[in-house]
Amino acid sequence: MLENYFPVLLFILVGLAIGVIPMLAGWLLAPSRPDSEKLSPYECGFEAFEDARMKFDVRYYLVAILFILFDLEIAFLFPWAVVLGEIGLFGFVSMVIFLAILVVGFAYEWMKGALEWE
Amino acid sequence: MPDLLPALPEIFVLTLACAVLLVEAYTKNGYWSYALTQLTLLGAAVLTVFTTSADTVYAFNGLFVDDLMGDVLKLMTYLAAIVSVVYSRTYLTDRGMFRGEYFALLLFAVLGMMVMISAAHFLSLYLGLELLSLSLYAMVALQRDSKVATEAAMKYFVLGALASGLLLYGMSLIYGLTGSLHLAEVAATVDFRNQTVLAFGLVFLLAGLGFKLGAAPFHMWVPDIYHGAPTAVTLFLGSVPKLAAFAFVMRLLVDGLHPAVGDWQQMLAVMAVVSLVVGNLAAIVQTNIKRMLAYSTIAHMGFLLLGVLSGSYAGYSAAMFYVVTYVLMSLGAFGMVVYLSRGGFEAERVDDFRGLNATHPWLAAVMAMMMLSMAGLPPFLGFYAKLTVLQALVGAGWLWLAVVAVLMSLIGAYYYLRVVKVMYFDAPHAEPLVPATAAGDVRALLSLNGAAVLLLGILPQPLITLCAYAIQASFR
Repeated sequence: MLENYFPVLLFILVGLAIGVIPMLAGWLLAPSRPDSEKLSPYECGFEAFEDARMKFDVRYYLVAILFILFDLEIAFLFPWAVVLGEIGLFGFVSMVIFLAILVVGFAYEWMKGALEWE
Repeated sequence: MPDLLPALPEIFVLTLACAVLLVEAYTKNGYWSYALTQLTLLGAAVLTVFTTSADTVYAFNGLFVDDLMGDVLKLMTYLAAIVSVVYSRTYLTDRGMFRGEYFALLLFAVLGMMVMISAAHFLSLYLGLELLSLSLYAMVALQRDSKVATEAAMKYFVLGALASGLLLYGMSLIYGLTGSLHLAEVAATVDFRNQTVLAFGLVFLLAGLGFKLGAAPFHMWVPDIYHGAPTAVTLFLGSVPKLAAFAFVMRLLVDGLHPAVGDWQQMLAVMAVVSLVVGNLAAIVQTNIKRMLAYSTIAHMGFLLLGVLSGSYAGYSAAMFYVVTYVLMSLGAFGMVVYLSRGGFEAERVDDFRGLNATHPWLAAVMAMMMLSMAGLPPFLGFYAKLTVLQALVGAGWLWLAVVAVLMSLIGAYYYLRVVKVMYFDAPHAEPLVPATAAGDVRALLSLNGAAVLLLGILPQPLITLCAYAIQASFR
């Protein structure tokens, strides 16, 4: 049964090769004449303004997580809407229950002030 | 439409857990959530009792099973959760954690355990496990200003994710071997011609299982998490989920992989011996009582595995009896640590129990009963738990394992007796240990807990019979 995994191994090896070979080729074949001006960091032609690793407000993170939560439910809703005719009342009620649980979470985050920026 | 009746307690707990969240959001008063949580657990107990039967019923296309072992374990889960919530009330209030979030997470954890206990399919098994684990990670991190607690939660999360990965990989290998995720079908179609894949799958399953149980050599997280988590959370996560973990082992290994019993017995034997040795030896040097109890948990999980690996009805029911006993004892022991903690002070060093007998003779007596019972001294309940496991082990012909278990229990008795010695023979602290607010119901429940360990130890037969009957009815 383990030989069934051979294509996977092959895929990993080919993937690695495709990633590594251009880098190696660039390093080996390209002309390399560095000077201090070429090697210094720049930003849109200017000197760098600030460190690239700056701090983000943690609130972005919260909003992103909440967005993903409510966005992903769409992935569930579309296939449900397509087959709604076939799954009947049971399918309809199941989705209503799912949405009701989601609404509980929504009400909770709203009341707790997670949706307010200030 | 599937038959919803077998899952009625689960549906009830889910609904009320959502209600607790809403109550917290709209009232912001912990007492409402507290009351509602207790009502939920009681209601679930009533529903479970009323839907109990000796027959095994499958529901949701075979994802869910309602059998007698599940019902007994669920009832114990509700009971233990109720007790842990009562014990931790003062502790939570003192530290500003007495809020709806704690109770909602606790109810979701209980729901996860119920799903694990009633799972008949790899997917529902995993779903229950994740619901439990995610709730526990959040509960450990609830005291988010505490550095130790956040670190513990992080460790718990990372190692828990690793364990889930191992478990899933094992499940996928077994699926590849049998073409089914239903535990009953897996048992019927396990293919012994492909010994390599079977062994691989089993190793990964057992590694994941060992992580979740906290059995050595997968135990590294246990002492850190027990130590770092707020003591009230340690009380909960150190006791109640062990019932579900036992069910998890039984479903996976006995329901699903019983034909491969010869293979997993060997692996469990190694895990059990290592757990007994590591748990008991490492506990000796601990000065922090939470860490000591964590290592003692590892040793107890070793004993639990000894029961399971006997591979007989006697062994399974001994393991079930052991886990119920263990939950009662650890509730009492951690409950006492929680009880002696008060605003800003954690009674978490063994030294904090010094001379407890002089100031609080009754508390010292209850703690001593827990310690002696954990050490396995008659006439306490822990003695019979160890005895039944050893009987099953010898009956199945694993004499050397029984010898190792007895030797390790002897070593373990040292550190349990040390706590007793500290309480009874050392001079008390200048400043006596008295909880700021000693609520009456907590005292009463702790006393009941101690009485249960003593009385059930004198009359263990009903509980042993119940476990044996439940196992017989569930695994034909």
